[in-house]
Amino acid sequence: MDVPVYSGSARTRANLVALGTITRREVHRMLRIWTQTLVPPAITMTLYFVIFGKVIGSRVGPMHGFSYMQYIVPGLVMMSVINNAYGNITSSFFGSKFGRYVEELLASPMPSWVVLTGYVAGAVLRGLLVGAIVLGIALFFTSLHIAHPLVAITTVILGATIFSLAGFINAMFAKRFDDIAIVPTFVLAPLTYLGGVFYSVNMLGSPWREASLANPILYMVNAFRFGILGIGDVPVWVAYVVMLAFVFALGAVALWLLRRGVGLRS
Amino acid sequence: MAADSAVPNPSSNPPVAEPSGAVPALEVIALRKTYSSGVQALKGVSLKVAQGDFFALLGPNGAGKSTLIGILSSLVNPTGGDAHVFGLSIHADRGGVMRQIGLVPQEINFNQFETPFDICVNVAGFYGIPRIVAKPRAEKYLRELRIWDKAFQPTRMMSGGMKRRLMIARAMMNEPRLLILDEPTAGVDIEIRRSMWHFITGINRAGTTVILTTHYLEEAEKLCRNIAIIDHGEIVEDTSMRRLLSKLDVQSFVLDVTGFEGALPELDGVKLTRMDDQTLEAEMPSTHDLNALFAALTAHGITVTSMRNKTNRLEELFVRLVERNGGASA
Repeated sequence: MDVPVYSGSARTRANLVALGTITRREVHRMLRIWTQTLVPPAITMTLYFVIFGKVIGSRVGPMHGFSYMQYIVPGLVMMSVINNAYGNITSSFFGSKFGRYVEELLASPMPSWVVLTGYVAGAVLRGLLVGAIVLGIALFFTSLHIAHPLVAITTVILGATIFSLAGFINAMFAKRFDDIAIVPTFVLAPLTYLGGVFYSVNMLGSPWREASLANPILYMVNAFRFGILGIGDVPVWVAYVVMLAFVFALGAVALWLLRRGVGLRS
Repeated sequence: MAADSAVPNPSSNPPVAEPSGAVPALEVIALRKTYSSGVQALKGVSLKVAQGDFFALLGPNGAGKSTLIGILSSLVNPTGGDAHVFGLSIHADRGGVMRQIGLVPQEINFNQFETPFDICVNVAGFYGIPRIVAKPRAEKYLRELRIWDKAFQPTRMMSGGMKRRLMIARAMMNEPRLLILDEPTAGVDIEIRRSMWHFITGINRAGTTVILTTHYLEEAEKLCRNIAIIDHGEIVEDTSMRRLLSKLDVQSFVLDVTGFEGALPELDGVKLTRMDDQTLEAEMPSTHDLNALFAALTAHGITVTSMRNKTNRLEELFVRLVERNGGASA
């Protein structure tokens, strides 16, 4: 009996089926536990809109020609997207390590890039769905006219991709559930709050403004704000360069770790 | 054991698919693995498994069996050496190798929140098998392994035996040419174990090569044609089951008797052990005349009403080989 020969096109078809399977499984998981994945960000962001937008925002006054509520909407949407993309991939991938069913993937013929892309696609889709929910809630509090739809959608996809990749790397190294909670608490939350979600970095004096420019979330928030409102603190092309650089760098690291089996193969 | 006697026996019944083929199903070449802790799990293991074989890989706990299986199934990185599955190298064509293999691991390793049907269909997807093909295949194997009635319930509701059968169904989703079973019947009751062996023997007769590790040595003796024993990371025996068992120079019989009262009679060249008032065990050299045994027992007023071979011959050999190699590792 000879070994069946898989042509290039057969391998491509098999990889696409595998990619679709992981993505589908991730989406199915997200929808199955919707009370943990979709409801909490909706409640949290409603509270942000009520407290920061309505109660405090009415005393802050307009920002760059927009009401404070309108000004913070893009940042809060991006914050939800980032947190949920990150949280989805860390809990799902670490869960598969903890329950050992990651072995189903490791013992399959799938190349590493298919595994990584499938998990990232699932996390990005959760980010986009949560982002859409938060944007929908925002429309109950204010009116919005999307200035640059293409910029808005590409920015949100790039932002979700960056934090999906970062979450995947976190989950690969994690040995306990505590290890996937540390980064969101001690890294992600401070970077998000200091990333210009609630204010313009131009309001900061030196050296805080320059220091803020080292924060990658600043570029995502401001590019997305440009896409929604048409204003931002950094040039949009700079934001794209920074985001694409992060996508390629984190993607390369995640792929290398996966191929080596770091945290997965003994 | 009545139940075990119903287990199909490829080593004594000529199988449909005899080991054949120029390219071995598996060729392990000087495979080595040293863990970061410094433990040398494999010290240059080499062995061959022919296509269509039913092969036993035995060894005490910690001998290196699971490490070897882990390397073959891409769960453990080898330190050195290579392995070829149907001629494909695990280093040069990992994807091609994985397409040939179905793995039933020792530990439960599926998502306990998913249903058996979803688990099987998803795993098929990982092998690039479209859902339209995977769904009827999942139904086929779940039915054959008698867990179809649980197919759409979360797996955490299933018993241990059902979970083990699910792992076999899952391993069959890519219709592998080499099925590796790592202690698949551990903790499973005799009826389920027997049904699992019927299924796996049928798969083997249809042409799939099977590699089995088990601590139930009677199972290996009944099922497997060829055998390798691994200990302390080295192969200490690699031969056919028949040849290995022929090395055993003593034979043991279980005798059902009447008329046995008081002390055991002393017989030349036969070691008698009393199991109960109606059962004796007789151990003697393979060359010993059975008629002489019966005559001696009759002379002591003991009548043999029936007898059978004691079926743990492999266990005796296994213990000898492992003891000769320095004792069990763990």
